[in-house]
Amino acid sequence: MPTSSVVIAILALSYAAYRLARRRSFAVVGGPQAIRKLHSLPGYHGLLAALWAALPAFAVLVLWHVLAERVIVDAVLAQLAGDGAPSGGAARDLLLNDVRNVVAGSVPFAEASAPVQAAARHWQHLDAISRIGGAIAALLVGVLGGVLVWRRITPELRARNRVERLVEINLLLCSMIAILTTVGIVVSVLYEALQFFRMVPVSEFLFGLKWSPQMAIRADQVGSSGAFGAVPLFAGTLLISAIAMSIAVPIGLFAAIYLAEYADWRVRAITKPLLEVLAGVPTVVYGFFAALTVGPLLRALGQSLGLQVASESALAAGLVMGIMIIPFVSSLADDMITAVPQSLRDGSYALGATRSETIRRVVLPAALPGIAGGVLLAVSRAIGETMIVVMAAGLSANLTANPLQAVTTVTVQIVTLLVGDQEFDSPKTLAAFALGLVLFVATLLLNIVALQIVRRYREQYE
Amino acid sequence: MSEPDLTPRARTRDRVAASLRRRYRAERRFRAYGIGAVAIGLLFVVFVFYTIISKGYPAFLQTYVQLDVDYSAELLDPEGKRATADLESADYQALIKAALRERFPEVTERAELRKLYALISSGADLTLRNRVLSDPGRIGKRESVWLLAKDQVDLLAKGEVDRSLPESQRNIDDQAIGWVDRLRAEHRLETRFNVAFFRNGDSREPEQAGVWGAVVGSFFTLVVTLGLSFPIGVAAAVYLEEFAKRSRFTDLIEVNINNLAAVPSIVFGLLGLAMFIQFFGLPRSAPLVGGLVLTLMTLPTIIITSRAALKAVPPSIREAALGMGASRVQTMLHHVLPLAMPGMLTGAIIGMARALGESAPLLMIGMVAFVADVPKSLSSAATVLPVQVYLWSSSPERAFVERTSGAIIVLLAFLLIMNAAAVFLRSRFERRW
Amino acid sequence: MGDNTSSAAVRTSLTAVPASGAQAGFTTRTVGEVVVPNPVMSARAVNVYYGDKHAIKDVSLDIGRNAVIALIGPSGCGKSTFLRSLNRMNDTIEAARITGSITLDGEDIYDRQQDVVQLRARVGMVFQKPNPFPKSIYENIAYGPRIHGLVASRADLDEIVQTSLQKAGLWEEVKDRLDHSGTSLSGGQQQRLCIARAIAVDPEVILMDEPCSALDPIATARIEDLIDELRQNYTIVIVTHNMQQAARVSQRTAYFHLGDLIEVGPTEQIFTNPGHKLTEDYITGRFG
Repeated sequence: MPTSSVVIAILALSYAAYRLARRRSFAVVGGPQAIRKLHSLPGYHGLLAALWAALPAFAVLVLWHVLAERVIVDAVLAQLAGDGAPSGGAARDLLLNDVRNVVAGSVPFAEASAPVQAAARHWQHLDAISRIGGAIAALLVGVLGGVLVWRRITPELRARNRVERLVEINLLLCSMIAILTTVGIVVSVLYEALQFFRMVPVSEFLFGLKWSPQMAIRADQVGSSGAFGAVPLFAGTLLISAIAMSIAVPIGLFAAIYLAEYADWRVRAITKPLLEVLAGVPTVVYGFFAALTVGPLLRALGQSLGLQVASESALAAGLVMGIMIIPFVSSLADDMITAVPQSLRDGSYALGATRSETIRRVVLPAALPGIAGGVLLAVSRAIGETMIVVMAAGLSANLTANPLQAVTTVTVQIVTLLVGDQEFDSPKTLAAFALGLVLFVATLLLNIVALQIVRRYREQYE
Repeated sequence: MSEPDLTPRARTRDRVAASLRRRYRAERRFRAYGIGAVAIGLLFVVFVFYTIISKGYPAFLQTYVQLDVDYSAELLDPEGKRATADLESADYQALIKAALRERFPEVTERAELRKLYALISSGADLTLRNRVLSDPGRIGKRESVWLLAKDQVDLLAKGEVDRSLPESQRNIDDQAIGWVDRLRAEHRLETRFNVAFFRNGDSREPEQAGVWGAVVGSFFTLVVTLGLSFPIGVAAAVYLEEFAKRSRFTDLIEVNINNLAAVPSIVFGLLGLAMFIQFFGLPRSAPLVGGLVLTLMTLPTIIITSRAALKAVPPSIREAALGMGASRVQTMLHHVLPLAMPGMLTGAIIGMARALGESAPLLMIGMVAFVADVPKSLSSAATVLPVQVYLWSSSPERAFVERTSGAIIVLLAFLLIMNAAAVFLRSRFERRW
Repeated sequence: MGDNTSSAAVRTSLTAVPASGAQAGFTTRTVGEVVVPNPVMSARAVNVYYGDKHAIKDVSLDIGRNAVIALIGPSGCGKSTFLRSLNRMNDTIEAARITGSITLDGEDIYDRQQDVVQLRARVGMVFQKPNPFPKSIYENIAYGPRIHGLVASRADLDEIVQTSLQKAGLWEEVKDRLDHSGTSLSGGQQQRLCIARAIAVDPEVILMDEPCSALDPIATARIEDLIDELRQNYTIVIVTHNMQQAARVSQRTAYFHLGDLIEVGPTEQIFTNPGHKLTEDYITGRFG
């Protein structure tokens, strides 16, 4: 039974509950003429029954699916183990993956080995049973919920208040997803990272100078050779971010100053959206632009100057990342500059200050906290930017401050470690989560500080 | 005031006058920095778009070669039963090879023949197969057919190969160029609008690769994202703005939302990988999982914009409804929400535009797999437009460069449409109170 | 320039008097003496427009040397606009346009040659709401001398800061905390800081736009005393809503109504024996 038809069935059940409960609410007071005797309008009685039919049913359905998947996997694994397959580790995961592929239909049945075929059939069999079971359970709960409400309908039933209470609870649950997401990130990333730190000591990861995760795949070398020292990645990330910021901050800041303080509204109306186009361009486009145009351009430029520029230089990636961040800096700085009260400018002009003196000595110092907060947010974005560096920065973990050389970054390594066939539980895969944890913590700290600064700044002039 | 007084005030005036030149120079300099910054910014805009468009527009053109194909009965259906299975598995490449040999009878040597065969795309036999299957009566007859040219021929025909380079630095040699020129002189070579680019899925052969699979994948992914993030985001915004009293708890939610909005997207990919794929066992590479990840990513944005839209509805409207005896839920559903809806929709479209351009988290959950088929459901393996761009950009074939740029143009066109819709919605429904 | 721009109903009750201005070659409908001997500034037939709005209508007025002149009138009568046109602060508003002439020591301040920086160094301004820069008290005062390059050494600057604060009557209160932020002071102190800031560049004229409207009565009294002291060395033009204040601090008073300068004269006379019906209605509190 496909999930979509179960969903439709539950919706139909819910609608039936609505009609029946509504009808009953008329009946208990003796017809539509006496509707004023009801505490709540008949529609609310219907709605209450409908909600009590649908919500528990959906909850059961979702829960069933989550649990059933695990049960099925266990059962299939048990069967495979019975057939003499490896009972643990990477080989088992690989085998399970094969079975999964066959079940999903992405690998034809005929191409799989006999035990996999058997396991896949078993899987499909169990899956079919579980789907029917889930559907029946969900619908039963739905009927039960509807009947319970239906039986309680009296003129005094405060149906509207109950419906509204339910609505409010659901709204609350929706708003809690933000917290759940954060918890989810922390738990999942932390869990995997802790597994990694069981194989590689934290100190080695944080302070080690050598990064070559490829070597460590070989079983005899796991975590032993200091191949998971992430300092070169941190350095590379900082180098590229620094280049990006040194492009984006001056250009973005001066553009914001010009547009906010000098340009008349016509220039502003055209130029601002045009600059913001840069913010709407997907990062993958910048990556392509960096790899295909800017990289070779810098290389050629370097050659004509007699400089050795790597084709995947930090400079190319940083430069393009800077272009990407310009509108981010400029619109934030623009907000902060326009938040500075006009009275301060007037005070300065009245003393005979020129425009630039007013901007440099009054407006900018007043807007500085806000701008600093904005720049911190931009730094956090630069650190977390992925596609540009994946496409334009290198893979080799060089520890260098030379922007003409290739460096690699945290995000590049996360992507390279996780893209392609992967085995969970190998230090190589888990290292990506450890890097992810560092990235998350670093950007989180930056964001909290920055948002705090910006908020306090805004409050100051409100 | 002509008398030369030397009061302190007059000295002050002299000093002010003396400072003017220097100060106005500084003023002009500062202003020039501003203009320069704006100009550099605009220059970057022009540079990025010029590069992409100038590289990408040839992707919308494709070269075809006309050959006289002899649907030889003994090659296609030696048993003469016209059985569909036989016709489906017949060697249509052989027909193309024969037609090429016929056109260039002077080529006989094996290596040269191989080069000759390489003028036509390896997918061209599908064209012939489809023609025969749709009308088996063609067997035994001759026909002039336009066939898909190989990527090198395509590049040459579009003038993207520098003929002055030494032969070793080109991916097409002098002899092949001679053949192509001859075909062109005989009007058997034509460059047309590339319909296949918009109809095909991905392919290892540049000339056969299209964006349709990625477009459909993006569509499925966005359907999931919008379907989840909009209702949940609006519900969360309504709760925070209309129902919740300010407390530690709502502060916590608020801090979370603001921080999540600034968390790098790749972290959401890690979450998706660990949670949805490893823990819940959802299929890899599926638009369903992609949509879930992007939902979590866009949710903060949608909540923030929806709250702004709710805030813009003046309190007097709420008071009016509550004063009539409406409950809070009724006030919200009947009055506040409809008024805030345009603003929320605008926010949702902008959120979707961002989700459409996002690729990093989708790499984590396996949406980078090579998928030749157009995805059919939420759980079939798929890729999305920006990831397709990434995949093609890392392909070594030169012809993929223009495909990549072409895909970027398609992506930018979608983004443009979405943003234009948001601007339209805003200007059409925006109210000032 | 005659009454070709007449629009308001008020006009009909006014007759163009070729008053004392006649020998200076202009006409005015203002009641009283718009002209004074040896003025610092004089406005002639000034019109100010904000976009389509005609904010100041054909106003002529002399500002006497080392004296306080009060501009009074109901809200929106144009007194602040006129004040801001005296040091070209209206330049910062894009839609503002001005005709007529305003001279400072005989030089037209709207002349092409006139430098607005120099002008504002000579005609300072204090605003309605105290607007100290978010810097230290010291830096607030030092700002003007610094940008204008008035001092060569730190010692000179220290001296200017001290004398300015002394003249503004703030020195004793803040001398121990010059490095505190200007915004940490009370409202009245902030306003005196702004006055000290204006004094620091030694202007000839100080424009004050309702300087006490945001202050409590005690702080107001201090500012009023201060204005009286400053009159020795500075010409002061003060816009005020408060007629008692005008009576207390000024020697001359000008009454504005809907962009027209209705009447000007010695303060005592304006308040005891106004020459125009509108002035009388206003000071007796019939409107405004």
